[in-house]
Amino acid sequence: MPSKLTRRQALAIPAGLALGGLIGRPAFAAEPVKIGLVAALSGQSAKSGEGITRGLTIAIDEINAKGGVLGGRMLELVRRDDESNPAKGQTAARELIDKEGCAILFGGIDSPVSQAIVPLVNQAQVPFMGVWAAATNITRNGANPNYAFRVSAVDVLVDRALIKHAMTSFSSKTPGLMLVNNGWGESNLGGLTAAAGAAGIKLAGAEKFEDKDVDMTPQLQRLRDAGADAVILVGNAAPGAQVVKSLQKSAWAVPVISHWGISGGRFPELAGSWASKVHFVQTYSFFGTQNDVGKRVLAALMAKYPDIKGPGDVTPPVGVANAYDAMQLTALALTKAGSSEGPKLREGFLAIDGYQGLIKNYTKPFTDENHDALNENDYVMVRYNGDQIEPITG
Amino acid sequence: MLATALVSGLSLGSIYGLIALGFTLTFSVSGTVNFAQGSSVMLGAVICHALAVSLHWPMLAAVPVALFACAVWGLIVERIAVRPFVVRGTNSWLMATVALGIVLDNVAMVFFGKEPRALPSSLADDPWVIGKVGIFPLQVLIPVVGLGLAWLVHLGMVRTGLGLKLRAAVDNPDAARLMSIDVTRLVALTYAAAALLAGIGGILIAPLYNVAYDMGTLFGIKAFAVAILGGLTNPWGVVIAGLAYGLVEACATTWLGSSSTQIVTFTAVIAALALAPSGLFGSRSKARV
Repeated sequence: MPSKLTRRQALAIPAGLALGGLIGRPAFAAEPVKIGLVAALSGQSAKSGEGITRGLTIAIDEINAKGGVLGGRMLELVRRDDESNPAKGQTAARELIDKEGCAILFGGIDSPVSQAIVPLVNQAQVPFMGVWAAATNITRNGANPNYAFRVSAVDVLVDRALIKHAMTSFSSKTPGLMLVNNGWGESNLGGLTAAAGAAGIKLAGAEKFEDKDVDMTPQLQRLRDAGADAVILVGNAAPGAQVVKSLQKSAWAVPVISHWGISGGRFPELAGSWASKVHFVQTYSFFGTQNDVGKRVLAALMAKYPDIKGPGDVTPPVGVANAYDAMQLTALALTKAGSSEGPKLREGFLAIDGYQGLIKNYTKPFTDENHDALNENDYVMVRYNGDQIEPITG
Repeated sequence: MLATALVSGLSLGSIYGLIALGFTLTFSVSGTVNFAQGSSVMLGAVICHALAVSLHWPMLAAVPVALFACAVWGLIVERIAVRPFVVRGTNSWLMATVALGIVLDNVAMVFFGKEPRALPSSLADDPWVIGKVGIFPLQVLIPVVGLGLAWLVHLGMVRTGLGLKLRAAVDNPDAARLMSIDVTRLVALTYAAAALLAGIGGILIAPLYNVAYDMGTLFGIKAFAVAILGGLTNPWGVVIAGLAYGLVEACATTWLGSSSTQIVTFTAVIAALALAPSGLFGSRSKARV
């Protein structure tokens, strides 16, 4: 027959359990290293957030399977949705730094969001890793010390590649620009103007559009009347699709060369039958001959995500590939730093000598002067074939 | 460039006018407006997408069901967010209709998702081209439907028994009640009709734009500006104001660039209202003291 507990026993049992829990927690040493992600997980760019998540997850699984970092600490991904809104991104970043204690923050597709977060991380001395947003001033932000790193394209370099592609593939001499009316569009206006000047060609004009614009034919008509022989597009999937629909509506079959924002959402569905006409930039393609890392990552993606049956299903590849390599480089930086503290981790990034990654073989990817691990030699031009992204050959 | 601006402006302007007609209907009969009208635009498009694209219903079946749902939504708005406040003599229906619209948008977000989707239509795939100007057949259909519906509303008001009752309710609700006219039911009916018109607008614009849970917000705001501009009680005035608004918007974008569009259009609305406070085609109300 069970006997009644005395008051002392009643107090002693929970206290003992709590103490036991603390003593028996081997884990202080194995406390996870939290990796924060602030990205568009919903809205028109939700696919970008999903791609980044998948790239990070595959890398984290690999690292954890090998015993984690810093003597057995596992990596743990903590995600927050910025809804492509800079204010929400800032709030999420603050929460991940102050409340979750993340060792590093990864960013998403939207340059305005990353631009809003960068001053925050520089002040908090927590490294930020851009894996998609390409605005030049994300990494080249003038802060000293600068905590912003990036494994992604840089607008100023992408702009050169876009102008070069317009000239070589379409013999363009007067391309016109269609730019989203925000900080990312501004970043590219400067870059494309400079790139055109350097290439010795003249721009027919530069038009802006809002994310919610319903009809872009007036802007396109201005470019057409100004003699544009190609359109260079900078915008995300939904407004980018409106540009293409407006071109289709005007029956203006001009070549379209796009920055990679269109690959962050349901561009082929939204743009309809003209989606495949658009050439755009990526940093990686899972098609063609893969290195060992490529084979391993593709196999892991196919094993983990049932919707991935082949290279064409890894969409958007840029999000997956950049995030994968950036996470592996972060693990190396943690090892070099011997700590997850922000200033030491920052030094860890600068101390990485080399890494055979998915996108390329990185040699001294980050230095005091250069926080961008990729350059114009790492870009590949692609287009949609149905829902799949394929490299442009020939 | 002028031809492009005309084509673009007229098709968008017709949509604004169509949605704004709903404001006119309810305001004429009850002195209230449904600020969730933009959400009705979204509801029509979202339900049509769900039935036609997700469930593969034929469009001929999906459209009537979506419009029926919009009409029911209009009745719900009137019953929950308008009638209780009008009965108590307060203007809180202003906030209540806004709030109910936000609730509907968020419910749509939960079920439909946050990603915009496409509503394919053969009427928005192969343009007719004249010189440098292209136009989707749907862009021609939209003004035709908009003007046709405005004509139907007009005919309904002046030629039918229901229209007679509505006009009686507008002129003198108390006298109409004494004549056994169920004014409460008439007001509910106009809310259903207003939501239905907005739903038609949503379904028509969806193939040219996208379907998204928040697509109605901007259309709702612009349509309200159009309704005020046209004179809230004048259906034809509202339709003409819609076309004018669409044309000013397209011309501003064409000649001044997209950054100037909202500045120019809303400045034009303010200027027009400063010159004609009751709207361009509204009648000035007289108050006897």
